[in-house]
Amino acid sequence: MEITTVNDVKLLIALLVPLIGTLGVMFMGKNENVREGVSSAASVILLLLVASMVPAVLEGKVLVYHMFTVFNGIEGVTDPLTIKLRADGMSMIFALVASSLWTIAVYYSMGYMRAHQEHAQTRFNACFALAIFGAIGVAFADNLFTMYLFYEVVSVCTYPLVAHAQDKDGYNGAQKYIVYLTTTAKLFLLPALILIYVITGTLDFPTNISDGLFTDGLSSGNIQNWTVIMLYIFCLFGFAKNGVMPFHHWLPGAMVAPTPVSALLHAVAVVKVGVFCTTRTMLYVFGVDTMHALNLGIPTAYFVGFTVIAASVLALSKNNLKERLAYSTISQLSYIILGVALLTPAGIDGGLIHIVNHAFSKITLFFCAGAIMIAHHKKDISQMGGLGKSMPITFACFFIASLSMIGAPPVAGFVTKWNLLVGSIQAHQMGILLILIASTMLNVGYFAPITYKAFFGKRPEGETYQGIQEAPLSMLIPIMIACTISVLIGIFPNFMMQFVKAVTG
Amino acid sequence: MDQLLINPDYPYILSTLIFLPLAGALLLLFIKNDDFARYWALGITALTAILSIPLVMAFDTSTSKYQFVEQVSWIQSLNIQYVIGIDGISILLVMLTTLIMPLCVLASWTYIKTRVQAFMICLLIMETAMLGVFMALDFVLFYVLWEAMLIPMYLLIGIWGGPRRIYASIKFFLYTLAGSVMLLVAIIWLYIFNGYSFFIPDMMWQNYSSTAQILLFLAFFLAFAIKVPMFPFHTWLPAAHVEAPTAGSVILASVLLKMGTYGFLRFAIPITPEATMTLAPYILWLSIAGIIYGGFTALAQHDMKKLIAYSSVGHMGFVTLGIFVLNTAGVEGAILQMLNHGITTGALFLCIGMIYERTHSRELSSATGVGKYMPIYVTFLTFFSLSSFGFPATNSFVGEFLILAGTFEYSIPLALAAIPGAVLAAAYMLRMLQKIVWGGTDNPDQSWLNDLNLREIITLSPFLFFVFWIGLGAQPFIDLIHVSVANLLDNYHAFHGQAMAVTDLILH
Repeated sequence: MEITTVNDVKLLIALLVPLIGTLGVMFMGKNENVREGVSSAASVILLLLVASMVPAVLEGKVLVYHMFTVFNGIEGVTDPLTIKLRADGMSMIFALVASSLWTIAVYYSMGYMRAHQEHAQTRFNACFALAIFGAIGVAFADNLFTMYLFYEVVSVCTYPLVAHAQDKDGYNGAQKYIVYLTTTAKLFLLPALILIYVITGTLDFPTNISDGLFTDGLSSGNIQNWTVIMLYIFCLFGFAKNGVMPFHHWLPGAMVAPTPVSALLHAVAVVKVGVFCTTRTMLYVFGVDTMHALNLGIPTAYFVGFTVIAASVLALSKNNLKERLAYSTISQLSYIILGVALLTPAGIDGGLIHIVNHAFSKITLFFCAGAIMIAHHKKDISQMGGLGKSMPITFACFFIASLSMIGAPPVAGFVTKWNLLVGSIQAHQMGILLILIASTMLNVGYFAPITYKAFFGKRPEGETYQGIQEAPLSMLIPIMIACTISVLIGIFPNFMMQFVKAVTG
Repeated sequence: MDQLLINPDYPYILSTLIFLPLAGALLLLFIKNDDFARYWALGITALTAILSIPLVMAFDTSTSKYQFVEQVSWIQSLNIQYVIGIDGISILLVMLTTLIMPLCVLASWTYIKTRVQAFMICLLIMETAMLGVFMALDFVLFYVLWEAMLIPMYLLIGIWGGPRRIYASIKFFLYTLAGSVMLLVAIIWLYIFNGYSFFIPDMMWQNYSSTAQILLFLAFFLAFAIKVPMFPFHTWLPAAHVEAPTAGSVILASVLLKMGTYGFLRFAIPITPEATMTLAPYILWLSIAGIIYGGFTALAQHDMKKLIAYSSVGHMGFVTLGIFVLNTAGVEGAILQMLNHGITTGALFLCIGMIYERTHSRELSSATGVGKYMPIYVTFLTFFSLSSFGFPATNSFVGEFLILAGTFEYSIPLALAAIPGAVLAAAYMLRMLQKIVWGGTDNPDQSWLNDLNLREIITLSPFLFFVFWIGLGAQPFIDLIHVSVANLLDNYHAFHGQAMAVTDLILH
């Protein structure tokens, strides 16, 4: 497919919408209806803007927008260091997910925060919008520097969300969160960023996934193999938001946040920023050719395969619903990296599409967990036996979304699993196949009992569920929308698959 | 004298900048009125700042020669001249000094309650001396001004400082004085060797013997390393910072520390290139030690001013690292980082000063949880803290990026050794920021605190403006320094090329 680059100011506007939304929220903080109106208006405008870029991207165009030139390169040898935006197939995957889920999450969190009578809702909404600003920036980043910038923006702007409760647990969780994320970013990403710039002279992503930045340097011998391998490892660990073990502890720790934040962290903004950055770097900085040449793909697949299994086993042992979901997230995120690391067309397809599939299904699960919190004020799974009769819609949606996590048809996760299985066969990796099968079993093991017990299990001793009913409509409707989309993208995977195909060609 | 360029449009601009504050100080001697002193000092420093703007406008970025030069014979019998000029290495520092002084006056508006007139006189004399140091091209002139700075600074700390001000000011005075004694010896040696001339540009790139170079370099090093301060010559700094009034801390951090690194660039490298080459690896590792040491020590502080003071040790370690990798990225990054550190750390000291003015405590624990009551204040503080640990799109990131890029070009292990410093910087700045904005569950009652007033917002805003301007578009700043840096490095490499050729001749 011929690739044409077009300048488009819409990218800049899309980036600025959440930022302006943040300011609007801050200044309208006095009146909560106006404030929430600003949030939701911003989210809808953002979604429309992103959607308006779809036709051009599907035609094979790459939209770009140049924002700043920080400096014109070193001694004329290197490219300028710039802040630039681009919309291509890969950015659209993430941008569409982030913007559409923001519109849903705004309503949900409005319902949740009001039902809970949470304090500091203005701060909460402002930081929520700022986190989306960072996520959109990451999605549209045209070079590694821009991506790093917005990656850090997300880290800092979500701190107030995690620390929201301002109690001891809140501060501890938030401290863990910020320490893990900034330390890995500074320790690994910063040197990787600068060293890549020094040895390749550029940080700009190429327009296809095969070249990468190192191909010339490696073939001419100017760049040593071990340097590239070191940089690769730095990038894999540096984007610690991807939840790959051993730098995953921040994620369960961040569970202290209010549930809409957990949904945002674990489905949309934060973790997806992590995997998006990781896969973007694998495909557009290192490139499939270099990854093949240095044999980086399969070891990565096995390495994250460990996370897939280990996190699932840990999830089994958790009784707190949000914690179980957190470990499920860690496991599912590694699916994405595993798929891309297989470096086969089906593997990359499966990995990238899972960014979408996991987002919609996991946000449904977290929304349900939040609805249970509001209705029942309980966090533990053992306390939810028989609750399905009082909250049938919530648990039905929970069931459908957990099917997606397991990878059963016709829900979205099936598309992923199918592609990953094909990918691992294409790559002749029986071990990966076994990991995927084992993880599916484990997924069944920790998801199935929740809904089973809710509908058919016994009530806990002395529990009558008197007066417990579904959460308010402002929460229930977002749950149903997210759940429906999870099904729709399972039955009609082609819409999102188009963007994935635009990446793999 | 072909290195000098006289700008006919602005014949006396540098002298005006130097003597205007001094004249202002002299006039202030005769009027005993606190309010008048404040407005007068603000007027004079603001006028100096405005008058310095043509320097940037008319600065010729295509030449490495000294510009806006003025040359008058001063003491004929010793061949001492009054010769001043600026080039790419000094212009940013001159601008930093002129622009920061009015803000220092503003920051002292209510902070200084006693002997206002004397305080403002000290500030104005400081400005004269500092500008002179960056402009002087005659070594005696340089030395006189270098020493002259000590006295007003000593008074600033010793009179308007905190409880241990006498200890701090004497320590400051002795350290810096001890450093400059050897400098004086070096100057006299150079004077005799160069045909009884103190003219600095003529001393550069000469073939001094190896031993002489090493000794000269060590003399320079002692003077400048104390000033920077480089680990392990840094112990005077936390004491001085902690006790100094806000304006004193700002001047100290933003301008005085830069004189050490400026000295390395202006004197040590061009006058003793051979010794520079021999000793650079040691200085690089000393810089790394400073970066790590500063970071760890800052992390352990409970006193906000001490925290920022130790962070300066780390940040200045990055600057010396950039200087002594001796490549374009490193040196340009270092000069830019000198400016950045001046902006960011200056602003942070102002922020701490504003809290101190309200709570009368520098303890971190007494300033916890003010975020809720001082939203404007913590917004400023957040941006300055982010800038301080090199958050992308802020000024310090660009400087650090260039320095580390230069270091990676020089040696990958060395650059990797500096990275923990960046991690530590994030750790101690975020720790402080978290404590001040959020605190914990047992915050003291801060509800009586007032948010920033207009004067304070005006004081901080220019800093924020530069944080983002340099962070998002540093090229105009790099353009100012580029040719001078290129010339410095070309000369340095040419010198070693020549030396190599001579050795080859002897050997074959």
